Amino acid sequence: MSDMQTLNGNCIIIGASHAGVNAAFALRKEGWQGAITIFDTDPTLPYHRPPLSKAYLTSDDGIEKNLLKAEQSYEKNNISLSLGIKITLIDRQKQLIHTEDGELHNYSKLIIATGARPFIPPIKGIDSAHQLYPLRTAEDVNHIRQAMLNSDSQRVVIIGGGYIGLETAASLKKMGANVTVLERESRILARVTAPLMSDYFQQLHHEHGVEVFTAKDVISIETKDDSNTVICADGSQYPADIIIVGVGIRVNTELALEAGLDIENGIKVDNAARTNDNDIYAIGDCSFHHNPHYNRLIRLESVQNAVDQAKVAAASICGKDVTYDTLPWFWSDQYDVKLQMVGLSSGYNKVILRKETDDEGKFSVWYFDHDRLLSVDTINHAKAYVVGTKLIKSGAVINQSKLADSRIALHPDNLI
Amino acid sequence: MAKITFITQDDENIVLEADSGSVMALAVENGVSGIDGDCGGVCSCATCHVHVNPDQVSQTGEASEIEKDMLELDDNANEYSRLCCQIEISEKLDGLILTVAN
Repeated sequence: MSDMQTLNGNCIIIGASHAGVNAAFALRKEGWQGAITIFDTDPTLPYHRPPLSKAYLTSDDGIEKNLLKAEQSYEKNNISLSLGIKITLIDRQKQLIHTEDGELHNYSKLIIATGARPFIPPIKGIDSAHQLYPLRTAEDVNHIRQAMLNSDSQRVVIIGGGYIGLETAASLKKMGANVTVLERESRILARVTAPLMSDYFQQLHHEHGVEVFTAKDVISIETKDDSNTVICADGSQYPADIIIVGVGIRVNTELALEAGLDIENGIKVDNAARTNDNDIYAIGDCSFHHNPHYNRLIRLESVQNAVDQAKVAAASICGKDVTYDTLPWFWSDQYDVKLQMVGLSSGYNKVILRKETDDEGKFSVWYFDHDRLLSVDTINHAKAYVVGTKLIKSGAVINQSKLADSRIALHPDNLI
Repeated sequence: MAKITFITQDDENIVLEADSGSVMALAVENGVSGIDGDCGGVCSCATCHVHVNPDQVSQTGEASEIEKDMLELDDNANEYSRLCCQIEISEKLDGLILTVAN
C-alpha cells in the first residue's frame, strides 16, 4: 500500500477515555485522512477520570464541566463518537468488529483502549448491600452524590486504602460524611509507597477526622433495611449507610484474548504500542508494555501513560518510527495536600527523606536501588518533583548525603 | 466579559470570550491547538503552557511557586510563561493576548 492509501483507511478505537480520545486527536494531527470512530459502552461524552474522586465529587458540576474535549472538537476533527455501544467481538481475519446490536464495522487499523473495571471482591453479602458503589465512572459519582443526599447520618465505609479509597475519603469528609477506611494490608498504599509515606497519609486522614484501620480483612456485609454492617475477620464491625469499594481493578482484556492477541498482565504490545497483530494497537491501562527506563514489562494505570501511549500509537499508525519511552508520573490530591510522583519505586532498597527548612508542609521521598535513583514522591513540593524528574532522566549518580541535607539547595547541580 | 486572543504554533489567531472559569478550560472547550489540560486543571501536567504578551503581565499576574517549578519541565519556558489552568477569567483579562507555547 502507498502512504496515501494507508492514511485513508478506517481507524476504529474501542474505548473513549483518556487513551482512546487522545489517540483519535493525535491521529488527525499525524495526518490520518480516513474515518476515525470511537466506541464506548459509557454513554457520556468522554470526560476526565482523575477528578471524579477529587474536585468533581465534591462539586455540583455536571459532567459538561469535566469533558476531555468539547463536543464540537470531535466534529471539527471529523471524529465519530459511538457511545453507549458494546463491542462483542474482534474478527481479525475479516478485520471487523461486531457490536452487541449485531452491526459490523470494518477497520484497517484498530486501537484497543478498553482500560479496566473495578474489582468487586467476593465478600459474602456484597451483592445485596445497600448503596455500595465503586468509583470509576461519572455514573458512579452520580450514585454516590445521590446516596449522600439521601442519607441523614452519612456513615461511609470505604473498603480499600489505595489512592481511590483515600481520595474518596478526603472528598466525602469535605462533604460532611463520617468516613472510615478499611485496608487489608498492614499499611495503606503498601503496594506503591514506602512505609513513611503510608504513615504520613494515615496521620493526615486522622487529623481530618477520617479513621483509617489497617489489617482489616472484610469478610461479610450484613444489610437490614437501609443500613449495612461491614464485618472483618478479626470480629470488628462498622455500620455503613454508604459503602465505597476501592480494592483495585481487573483489566479489560476479554476482547483481545478472544481475538487471539498475546495477553500477559494486560494486552502485550511492542515499543510502538502494537500488539502481535500489525493492524491492532493497545494503549492505556490495558496495555502491557516495555519501559526502557526500568528495562522491564509493566502495566500502568495513569493519565500520563494513556495520553503518551496514544500519541505513540497514532504516530506509528501514520507510518512514523516511534518508541514509547516516557518516564511515568502520577499525582494525587487529598485535602490540601498535593502528592506528585515520578518514576517507579519497585525494587528499591534505600529511601532518603528530604525535608525543607523553609516550609514544614513540604518534603520529598527519594527511592534508590543502591546508587541509582528510581523514583521520587513529593508532598506539596513541585520543585522536588521537577528536580527528581531531571535527575532520573539524566541517570546521574546522586550524592545521597547532600540530598538529605536541607541546608543544600535542591538543584540538580548541587546533588551530583 | 473578557476577550482573550490565543495565538497557536500554527499562527492561528483564536479570539474567545468568557466571564468565568479558567483560561485552560476556555481553550479546551474551543479546541485551541496546543492546550491539552491533561490533568484537568490541577497544575500537575504542564500541558497548558502559554506565554503572556510581555506588555500585559500585570493583567494576569505572575506564576505561583508551584507553577514556576512545573514550568521548569518545559524547555520553552521563559519569564512570561504561565500554566493557564491557573489563570482565572475575569474582566481584568479583557484584551489579553496569549501565545500557546507548544
